[in-house]
Amino acid sequence: MISLTLVPTATWYLVLAAVLFSIGTFGVLVRRNPLVMFMCIELMLNAVNLTFVALARELNDINGQTIVFFVMVVAAAEVVVGLGIIVSIMRNRSALTADDLAELKG
Amino acid sequence: MVLLGAVGVIVRKHPVHAALSLVLTLFGVAVLFVSQEAHFLAAVQVIVYAGAIVVLFLFVIMLLGVDRVENLRTEPLTAQRPLAIITCLGLVGVLVAAIVNGSGVLNERGEGIKLPDLQNGPDANTVQLAESIFSKYVVAFEVTSVLLVIAVVGTVLLTRKTKSSSGGQTK
Amino acid sequence: MLNLIWFIPLLPLAGAILNLILGRKLGDPRSGWVATIATGTSFLVTVLVYFEMLGLEAEERSHVEVLFSWLPVGSLQVDFALLADPLSIVMALFITGISTLIHLYAIGYMHGDAKFSKFFLYLNLFVFSMLMLVMGENLLVTFLGWEGVGACSYFLISFWHTRNSAAVAGKKAFVTNRIGDFGVMTAMFLAFSAVGSLSYGAINEAAHAGELASVTATAIAMLLFVGACGKSAQLPLYLWLPDAMEGPTPVSALIHAATMVTSGVFLMTRMNPVLHISYDWAPTVIAVVGAATALYAATVAVAQNDIKKVLAYSTVSQLGFMFLAIGSGAYVAAIFHMITHAFFKALLFLGSGSVIHGMHHEQDMRRMGALRKVMPVTGFTFIIGWLAIAGVPPFAGFWSKDEILLYVYANNRGLYVVGLVTALLTAYYMTRQVIMVFYGKARWNDNSAEHGAHGEITPHESPRVMLIPLIVLSVLSILGGAMQLPFSKDLHFLEHWLAPVVEESEAYIGKSWAYQNKYLLLLVAIVVAVSGILISISVYAKSKFKVIEPKILEQAWKYDHAVSRVVGGPGAATFNLIAWIDANIVDGIVNGVGELIRSVAGSVRRVQSGFVRTYALLISFGAVAILAWFLLRGVLL
Repeated sequence: MISLTLVPTATWYLVLAAVLFSIGTFGVLVRRNPLVMFMCIELMLNAVNLTFVALARELNDINGQTIVFFVMVVAAAEVVVGLGIIVSIMRNRSALTADDLAELKG
Repeated sequence: MVLLGAVGVIVRKHPVHAALSLVLTLFGVAVLFVSQEAHFLAAVQVIVYAGAIVVLFLFVIMLLGVDRVENLRTEPLTAQRPLAIITCLGLVGVLVAAIVNGSGVLNERGEGIKLPDLQNGPDANTVQLAESIFSKYVVAFEVTSVLLVIAVVGTVLLTRKTKSSSGGQTK
Repeated sequence: MLNLIWFIPLLPLAGAILNLILGRKLGDPRSGWVATIATGTSFLVTVLVYFEMLGLEAEERSHVEVLFSWLPVGSLQVDFALLADPLSIVMALFITGISTLIHLYAIGYMHGDAKFSKFFLYLNLFVFSMLMLVMGENLLVTFLGWEGVGACSYFLISFWHTRNSAAVAGKKAFVTNRIGDFGVMTAMFLAFSAVGSLSYGAINEAAHAGELASVTATAIAMLLFVGACGKSAQLPLYLWLPDAMEGPTPVSALIHAATMVTSGVFLMTRMNPVLHISYDWAPTVIAVVGAATALYAATVAVAQNDIKKVLAYSTVSQLGFMFLAIGSGAYVAAIFHMITHAFFKALLFLGSGSVIHGMHHEQDMRRMGALRKVMPVTGFTFIIGWLAIAGVPPFAGFWSKDEILLYVYANNRGLYVVGLVTALLTAYYMTRQVIMVFYGKARWNDNSAEHGAHGEITPHESPRVMLIPLIVLSVLSILGGAMQLPFSKDLHFLEHWLAPVVEESEAYIGKSWAYQNKYLLLLVAIVVAVSGILISISVYAKSKFKVIEPKILEQAWKYDHAVSRVVGGPGAATFNLIAWIDANIVDGIVNGVGELIRSVAGSVRRVQSGFVRTYALLISFGAVAILAWFLLRGVLL
C-alpha cells in the first residue's frame, strides 16, 4: 500500500479523481440550491480534468493536456450560460429550490 | 486538501461558504496539475477557474440574495438521500475497480511524444501544448472560439429584461 | 391467324367500351348495331381461327397466346393467356354466333326502352366475360370470366330494376352463384397447392402423368362441381334460374339458355383428366345429381303457366342431362347436347320473346292461344324448336339426346330409366306449351273486361330484325345434328374434333350391349318422344283426359319455401351469432389491447414527477449500472 518513499503513482491521482467525481455527484443529487448544484458540477469537471492530466503524464501523450484545455474553455462557456439561465428564472421568483421547478411533469 | 474542499462544497449550508470551499478545491487541483508537469494548465486553471468562474458564481449569489440558506436537515423527496449514497458509493467502487484493474495496463505503456523536461527550456510544456493545439486541433480551436462568442451573446439575450414601455431603447 | 385469337374477346370488350362512352349519343338503334357488329366480327375471327386449326394435325391444335405476365409472385406464376384448342374454339364459335343473332334480335326487342345503349353495353361485356371464361389458359383467367358473367348476369337480370321483383331476382342470382364460386376458389387453391400451377396444361398433364393423388383430384373435381351447380343451376343451387326470367327475354336467351349456364359443363369438360382419376363415386355423384335435377325440373315445368318459366325449368332439366352425360363419361355427348340445346333453347326463348312482344308484354299462357294465325313466322320457328327439344328426328335435339342416353345405358340402367322418363316429360310439357300458345281457342281477350287498363289486345307479328335470328336458329336446329350422327364412325365429326381434349377420359362403350344395339335404343327414344307428344295432345288439344297440374308442381315442390325457411330461421340465427362474435369477441380483443396499453401508460406516466433531482438520480444510477456491467464483463471474460 503506502510505501515509505510515498511516490505518488498515476493510480493515486486517478483514485482521487474518482472520489472527487463521486462527491460531486452526491452533491448534485442532494443539494437543492441551484447554485450549489452548479458548483458540484464544476467539481465533477475538475475531477475529469485531473484524470486526463494524470493519464497524459502516464502515457507520455500531449493530447491529454490538449483535451483538458478544451474542457476548461467549454466549462467556462457552460457556466456562463447556466448562470444566465438561473438568474433569469430566479429573478421573478424568490427562494427557489430545484424542487420547485417541477413543471415538466407527466 | 482537495477532498476537504470538495466535502466542504457539499455540506456547507451557506452558498458563499460553498463557493469558498470550491476555491479551495480548485487550488488543490492546480497544485496537482503542477506535480503532473502540466504547468500551462495549472496556470490556466487558476486564472480561469478559480479566478473568473468562482467570481462569477459569487456575483450571482449576491445578485440573488446572499442569505438564502438551505435547510439541509430535511429532504422533501423520499429515499433520495439513501439512494444517492448508494449510487455514489457504487460509482466510487466501480471507478476504483476499473482503475485498479487497468493499472497493470497503464504501467506498461509509455509511448508517444515525450514530455519535455527541464533540459528543453522553461516553456517546453507550453510550446508543446501550443504545437498540438494549433496544428492537430486547430479546427476544434476555432470552433471553440465560436462557441464562446455564442455563449456570451446567448446569455446576454437570455437575461435581458425587455422594456415594455414605449420609446424604450433596447440595447 | 392463330396469334390473333385475342381479338376474339377483345372485340366485344371494345364494343362495350364504345357503348359506355358514346352509348347515349348513339342512341337507339345505333348503339345496338355497334354491339352487334362487334360480336359479329368476333364470330368471323373465330371462324377464321377454326378453319386454320382444321388445317393442322390433331395433336398440334393447341395454341397458347400469352398477353402478359399477370401474377409473377414467387412460386405462383400466372399469365394472362388464352388457349385455342378444339374445346375452346368450338365453344367460342357457338357463343359468338348465337350472341350475334341475339344482339340482332335485341335491337328490335329493346326498341323504345329508355336504357337501350346500357343494355348493349352489358350484353357486350357479358360476351367478353364468357369468351375469357372459355378461352382462358388457366383457372384464374377462367375465374375472371366466371365472375364477370355472374356480374353481368346480375346487371342484366335486374335491368328493369325499378321493378322490385327484378332487383330481388338479380340479387338472388348473384348470391347463389357466390356459393358456387366458393367451390371454384377452393378448387383453385387445392390445384395450386397440389400441382404448383393454375394452368390447364400443367394440371391436366399432372393428372395424366399420375402425379396428382386421387384424393386431391376428387376434392378438386367435387369442388368444381359445386361451382358448376351454382352456375349451371343444378339441384341444390338452381333456385335463381326461374327467378332470372325477370330479365328481358334476349337476356334469358343468351345467358340462361345458351351460354352462361353452360359454363359449368364446360369447366367439368376442361378438367376431365382430373375427374378421370378421381374416385369412382365422383362421376356417379355428378350423374345422379344431373339426373335428379333433370327429372325434378321436368316435373315442375309441367305445371307452369308463364311462358318463360316453362323454358327456364326446361333449361335446368336439359342441363341436368348434360351433367348426366359427364357423369357417365360421355364428354363429347355433353358438348354435343350443349351446342344443340343452345340452338333450340335460344330459338324457343327468342320465339317466346316474340310472342310476348306481340302480346304487348303479356306472359301468361292461359291468356294466349291460336297465335299461329296471327304470328306465322314466330309460330313456325317455335314449332321447329319444339320438335328439336322433344327429340323428334331428324331435328338436332334428337341426335344429341340419344347419344347421351346411349352412354347412360352403358353406365347405369337406373339412370337410363330416369333419363327416359325425363325425355317423355320434356316432350309432354313442350307440346303443352305449343298447344296453349299457338293452337286452340284465342283466349287473349277473354277477360278483357276484368283487365281494365289494357283492354283489348291485338297481337301482331314481330319486326324483321327479330324474325331473322329466329329463322337462322331454326335452320341450325334442323341441321345441327349433322355434327355427330351415330350411323358410322366417319360421321362422328365432333368426336374427332374434340378427341385431343377428352380422348383419355371418354368412356369406351364399343363393346357394351348398348353400343351393339344402339339402333334399338334409338327406336326407344323415338317412341318415347312421340308418345309424350301424343299424350299431351290428347290432354290439352283433344281434351280426352283431365288436365293434371298439381299445385305442388307449380310451386316447384316447395323447394324455394324450404330454403327461405332454413336460411331465414336457423341460418339467420347462425349468422347473427357470428356477427355477435365478431363485434364483441374479436373487436373486444382488439379494443382490449388498446385499453390495456392505455391503462399501463397511465400508470407509468407518474414516473415523470418533474423533479430534476429524481431524474439526475436515475441517470446516475443507470450510468453506474452500465459501468459495473462493463467492468464485470471485462473481468470475467
